[in-house]
Order: sequence, then C-alpha cells, then structure tokens
Amino acid sequence: MTLDFSTLLPYSGHILEGLVTTLWLTVVTTFVGIALAIVVAYVRDLGSGIMSRLLGGYVEVVRNTPFIVQLFFLFFGLPALGIPISATVAALVAMILNLGAYTAEILRAGIDSTARGQHEASRALGLSRLQSYRHVVLVPAFSRIYPSLISQCIIVMLGSAVVSQISVFDLTYAANFIQSRNFRGFEVYLVVTLIYLLLAVGMRLSFELVGRRLFAFRQGGSA
Amino acid sequence: MALVSVKDLHKSFGDLEVLKGIDLEVESGEVVAVIGRSGSGKSTFLRCLNQLEQHDWGTIHLADQRLDGTAMSPGELSQNVGMVFQSFNLFPHKTVVENVMLAPVVVKQTPRAEARKIAEEVLDKVGMLDKIDAYPAQLSGGQQQRVAIARALAMQPKVLLCDEVTSALDPELVGEVLLVLESLAAEGMTLILVTHEMKFARDVSHRVVFMHQGRIHESGDPQTLFTQPKTPELSQFIASVL
Amino acid sequence: MTDFTLWDIVRNLLLAGRWTVVLSLIAFVGGAGVGLVLTLLRMGGLKPIRWLIRLYVDVFQGTPLLMQLFLAYFGAAVLGFDVSAWTAASVALTLFTSAFLCDIWRGCVEAVPSGQWQASRVLGLNYLQSMRHVILPQALRLAVPPTVGFSVQVIKGTALASVIGFVELTKAGTMLNNAAFAPFTIFALVALGYFILCYPLSRYARYLEKRLYGAGIR
Repeated sequence: MTLDFSTLLPYSGHILEGLVTTLWLTVVTTFVGIALAIVVAYVRDLGSGIMSRLLGGYVEVVRNTPFIVQLFFLFFGLPALGIPISATVAALVAMILNLGAYTAEILRAGIDSTARGQHEASRALGLSRLQSYRHVVLVPAFSRIYPSLISQCIIVMLGSAVVSQISVFDLTYAANFIQSRNFRGFEVYLVVTLIYLLLAVGMRLSFELVGRRLFAFRQGGSA
Repeated sequence: MALVSVKDLHKSFGDLEVLKGIDLEVESGEVVAVIGRSGSGKSTFLRCLNQLEQHDWGTIHLADQRLDGTAMSPGELSQNVGMVFQSFNLFPHKTVVENVMLAPVVVKQTPRAEARKIAEEVLDKVGMLDKIDAYPAQLSGGQQQRVAIARALAMQPKVLLCDEVTSALDPELVGEVLLVLESLAAEGMTLILVTHEMKFARDVSHRVVFMHQGRIHESGDPQTLFTQPKTPELSQFIASVL
Repeated sequence: MTDFTLWDIVRNLLLAGRWTVVLSLIAFVGGAGVGLVLTLLRMGGLKPIRWLIRLYVDVFQGTPLLMQLFLAYFGAAVLGFDVSAWTAASVALTLFTSAFLCDIWRGCVEAVPSGQWQASRVLGLNYLQSMRHVILPQALRLAVPPTVGFSVQVIKGTALASVIGFVELTKAGTMLNNAAFAPFTIFALVALGYFILCYPLSRYARYLEKRLYGAGIR
C-alpha cells in the first residue's frame, strides 16, 4: 500500500473550484431555506386550513425520502414535464426545499414550547397575529432551537455532496474528477473528506459565534 | 461515645470555602435540626456526613468508624446512614414496594421474601402500605416523600439525614411528612434534618443548630434558641422566617 | 426501445426495494451492536478511550456519508482487498450508524437525572448495581424514540449506496429511467417506496416520544 498525496497537487485548482461551489450553495441554501421555514412554520401555525395541510404534506415527504431521490426527481423529472432546469438550479432548489422542511419542523417545536403565553400576552396588548409572530414569537423560538438549527445546516452541507451526481462541480465532483484522472482514489477522497470535516467544524464555530451575538439576551447577567 | 462526631470540618468547592470548621456531636436517639440561610452550607454539611461530598479537612466519625471516603463501602455506609432528599428521587420505573426492596436485595443480599416483609413494615410505618404496588408518578408529592423515607428506613440505618425534605412540597402535603418524622423521633430514631420548618424544629427536635456562612453560629435547645437568640444574625434570621 | 408498462416499473422497483430493506437491517443491527459496545466503553471508561470514541463520533457526524462510502470502497482497494459494493456499503453504513447511535445513547444515559445516581449511592448500590437496576432501565426508555427515529436516517442512507453501484431502490430507479425515459413517474414511485418504508417509522417515533414526555414523567 503506497499513498502518494503529491499527485493531487496539480489539481488543487479543481479542489478550490469545488470548494467554492459547495460553499456558495451552502450559504444561499442557509438563508433562503431558513426564510422558507419561517413562512412554512407561520402558515402551519395559523391553523388547519388547506394550505397548512399541503405544507404539512410537503414537510413529511421531504423528511421521509432520501435527498438524492428528491434531487433526481427535480433534475430528471421536471424537464419531462416540459420545465427545463439546469443542474445547478436543481441542486439549489432541492437543497433549499430540504433545509426548509427540516427547519420548519424544528421551528415548530421551538414555537410550541413557551411561545403560547408570549403570543397571548402580545395579542392582549393589541398586536395582530403577524405582528406578534414577527416581534414577539420568532426571535425567542429561534434562540431556543438554534443548536438544532446549526446541526441541520451542517447536515445539509454534508448532504450537498450528492449534487455531484448531477454533474454540479462541487467538492465531491472535483474529487471524482481527479480520481478518474490520476487513479489515486483513496488519497483524493481522504483529502476531500478532511476538507468537509473542516467545513463542518468551521460552520459550527461561526454559527455559534453569530448566535452568541444575536441571542445575547439569553445569557443572564450577574444578579 | 457519640453516634456522630464531627471535628473541624472544612469543605471547599474550587475557590469557595463552604464549610469553615464545623464541630458537632450527635448522640444516639437525638433529633438535631439544622437551620440557616441558603448558602450557609447546611446541605453541604449533611452531604459530607454520608460521603456524597468528600470533605477536605477534619474528621467525621460514625459509630466509632472514621469516614474518609474509602473506609466504608457505599453498602456499609448506607446501613449506618440513610438519606432522604428534597426532590424524593424515587425510581420512576419501579413500584413503591420495589423501590423500598431494591437496596436490601441488591446490597445486603436479603432474600426477596424477607425484604418484602421489611418493606411492608416500613411502608406501614409511614402510612403508605395501601399504595404498595403503585408507581411514583401516580402518587402525590407528600406520598412520594413518605415512600422515600420508608426506602431509607428499609436499610435500618442508625442515623437518618433529611435534606429539606418538605421544601418541594405543596403546603397542604407538608404535614403528613412531618407527622412521619415526628413518629420516628418518638421511637428514638437519630435524625439530623436541614429544614425551614421552624415550628417542627422547635417542637420536635432536641437541639437546633444555626449555621451561618459555613460555621455553626449558635446551637442549643429549641425553646431558648428561638426566644433568646444570642447573636444578631440569628435574630435577623428568625425575624425573616417566622 | 422496449415499451415499459407501469407494472414493469413497479415490479422492478419492488424487487430492488428488497435490497434497500436488507441493507438497512444489516446497517441498523450491526450499527446497534457496535454502538452499544462503544457506548458502554465510553460511559465507564478511561479518558483516552472516551476521547477516541468522541473523535470517532465527530468524524462520522462531520463528514458526508457519500464520502464515507467512497472511502470504504476505495480504501479497501488500497489495502489490497477486492471489495464488492455490498461489503463496502454494509461496512460504511454500519460504522455510520454505530457512531450516531453511540451519541444518541450517551445522551440518554446523561439525561437520567443526577438525583437517581445520588439516591442509588446513598442506598448503598455500587456503580454496576446502580447502572443495572436504576440508570440503564431509565436510559433505555429515553432511548427508544430517537433510536427509532434514526432508523429512518439509515433507510435514507442506503439510497447513497447506489452511487457505488449497489443495486437497491434508487439505483433501480436510475437504471429503469435510462431504459424507459419516464423520470417523473419513476422517481415519484421511488420516492413513494421510501415514503412507505420511512413514514410509519417516523410516526411511531413521534408517538413513542409523546407517550414518554406527554405523560409528565418526572
């Protein structure tokens, strides 16, 4: 068994390109996915209308099917219905819908817990449902579920490795590309796996930092 | 010799010294109430007596045996000292009788039939015999605490430590637990209780110990201690609770 | 190009779906076994062992499952073994499952209130007796809902084995699509297949959790 990592050096440009793609996919997905989740959680919280049931269905389907199948469904299935879609757009949409569904569920749990009392208090003060949700309920709910949210974003980032299968030039695609050229599969995959690990650690650290700033109100001061 | 003998007991948590030199002797059959503000070290002191906390300095003697963390195994210790907690800590996955029987069977290797008899006796003593097959979740706080007392008694300890055993109870449930403790005292059980129930301390205990900032500030018989406090700290404390 | 009927598609998917179930079972049972050993080692062990297991868990939780599958497949080749997709997928998924279950179960043991440890100690039980009679039974009860919930992740994880050539539900879907060109129908059916496997488990996990926490267990 001889491992030779030097054969990877000429391909560092490819790895960088893949890394950049994975990064921007993750960033966009995080913002849009969370926004989607907020809307979904709000609509579901409103009651049990048709919309609420449909969204509930969407959430259950996403949570009970593999991401790769969701991806293939969008990328291969939509064009068959006459809707053209590029690989990158399909990847982004799939990731956003995926994160959105999981986060909506997580947020629902966060809203359920102690928000009832807060919501009632704000309604008694005259705020509308939307105002109450926006000014009173959301932020505390977010602060409660923040750790779960971080974990979920990392899971989606790691899951994005799958978009390589529809030829999006992400980190995994770069690894496959290099492997098919220099036949050093183990070395490439080892290095790329390490990069993913560093990404995951980096995401957790930066999210936690942001969280400490955003949710400073949670930390009690000295009495 | 006294049943429990404590000399110059010190205990710190990190930089914070919680017990600053406690001296206490408790005779067999004595009921001692330990009172004081939160933070005065009362619970820590109690927990040192059965080695839930390891003291840093000083000596504790229990029935002539010195406690230093290794002298007695948990099993031997539990047969000398029992403890009842503020939050009951009953085993939720076991019925009342199973809760009481567990330690005798597992630790003392008592045969199940005999352990059952002991369990029934102590449960009867605390008035919980009719709930013998209930689960803790089905009982009120006062009922659970009485089972907890029975559970501690099943090991037939020489001393029973009670750590604010009524503080977590709704007011109307406190009485039933205090009644049990009173009857134990009347039978000659050695009790050391940390409590906020001043009336109980005054009426049932033989001696009251007032702790303040990690030391025993005053100690004496209940009648005089409450009516003629010698120190301003004690009078302030009495004023704030009565 | 042969004409595929709907029944042809469904039949092929069903046949391939068997392998999804088999691989899921292998990964779950194997992962549970390894996970249990790891949990016991982690809870009662020395610092270096606990640290190593923590590292193991962090690596599996911090890297893509797809990469783990690739490494299993290519790693074996590097070591000189000729490994089939079956073996690579089974090993990778088993280790993946073991890491996650170890983490879930550790959390459950730690979730048992410390008062239970104190009460056992004060009654005279030693570490093993406390674990056996008081702590583990309670930890087990706490562990069932998240463990059932994780089984759903295992089933979904088997879909990635398709990428290293393992023929299961997803691979069958892509192969059928190459032949029949009905991606919408085919992948909808594939999704349905997974949904039928996963949804009941998800519901069951939720029911278990409600039963555990809804009753107000102290």
